[in-house]
Amino acid sequence: MKHYRCPECGYVYDEKLGDAHEGFPPGTLWGDIPDDFTCPDCAVRTKADFLAA
Amino acid sequence: MQLTMTAVEASAYRDTKRYAWLISLIVPMLVAAGPALYLVGHEARLLWMPVILIYGILPFVDTLLGRDIGNPPAEAVEALEEDAFYRYITYVIVPFLWMAWIFAAWFVGAHKLPWHGVLAVVLSTGMIGGFCINVGHELGHKRTELERWLAKIILAPTCYGHFYIEHNRGHHRDVATPDDPASSRMGESIYRFLPREMPGAFFRAWNLEKERLARMGKSPWTIQNDILQPALLTVLLYAGLVAWLGIGILPFLLAAAFWSDFQLTSANYVEHYGLLRKKLPNGRYEICQPQHSWNSNHVFSNLASFHLQRHSDHHAHPTRRYQALRHFENLPELPSGYFAMFLVAYCPPLWRRIMDPRLVRAVDGDAARINFDPARRARLVRKYGLG
Repeated sequence: MKHYRCPECGYVYDEKLGDAHEGFPPGTLWGDIPDDFTCPDCAVRTKADFLAA
Repeated sequence: MQLTMTAVEASAYRDTKRYAWLISLIVPMLVAAGPALYLVGHEARLLWMPVILIYGILPFVDTLLGRDIGNPPAEAVEALEEDAFYRYITYVIVPFLWMAWIFAAWFVGAHKLPWHGVLAVVLSTGMIGGFCINVGHELGHKRTELERWLAKIILAPTCYGHFYIEHNRGHHRDVATPDDPASSRMGESIYRFLPREMPGAFFRAWNLEKERLARMGKSPWTIQNDILQPALLTVLLYAGLVAWLGIGILPFLLAAAFWSDFQLTSANYVEHYGLLRKKLPNGRYEICQPQHSWNSNHVFSNLASFHLQRHSDHHAHPTRRYQALRHFENLPELPSGYFAMFLVAYCPPLWRRIMDPRLVRAVDGDAARINFDPARRARLVRKYGLG
């Protein structure tokens, strides 16, 4: 299970935890997150900008 | 060695504005200023005093007190952000602002006022409501559950709870593009901007929330909807006031809410006027850069708006706390603070005269960096000889 970090605000998407508020249940893999995924905290970076952490 | 020096500089940094931010706690009391004068002087015209203060006097206070280009050093930003004193101000102010609304409604409901007296209270309550949205803006950008809830609570009196979604997820994503209903275009007057902005912002917010809830496998008609939650608070507040003061108070509440929302429209209008992000070959827009916002460093209106006017840094770092927002040189700059610029915006010929040449200078005469009103594009290109 991997982590992906927003380079602007530090929000971390953790595959193990998912993000229930955004509609991604625990265990949702990064590859299954849609390409237009926008950082839920700052909204100024999208999936392609995220860095593996 | 370099690092040690930096650490020393950062630890030695003193924020000269630390206690000045407490000024914002006075704002809710402004709503009581007119009624207090009225109760002493028994004269409805005295209710106009706060309106005159805000529209007639404060615009000149910025000119008088001037600019503040003081910045926390980059190394001090983190410590400054973590200093809880600043965020407590934004928490404490929330119940006071609610009380200001309830007080204003009671005052109008319990006194026989001439129409111009009611109008004065609508305008002064609406100005406080604009400030509610400003506080909701600061809180809504934060990560903690408490701050996100306080944002919804403080937006409720203004009927503008959807701003919490609209601004963070919509405006910040689309800012300074033709897709953004909350970014004004060159040649577009505030009166043509308003009917594009208000409904456009609402539907964008609703669709964003609908998409999120659909991913959760839910219909948008659920209490988990972040737009319906503050809307429910609005209904509860208004229903309570109607039950207490009678149905006659409803037009007052709606008018004051409209004036509050119009303050936000005014801020949106001046913050990005005509500025455009480049479209990249992949069809996406370039990331929002500091040159895509108008800034003002006038000390007074910045203190009254939680540094909202250091707008470039806000868009570069949307979750950064107000006290740590920084000023940068050589960015698009407004000639005065929001108090004066709103008034200028309400007079479109004056706005165009002041801002159009300024915009052309800010983009080095490059038409590809201007977000035009399509109907005015050809005329403006000709007028300013834009390449």
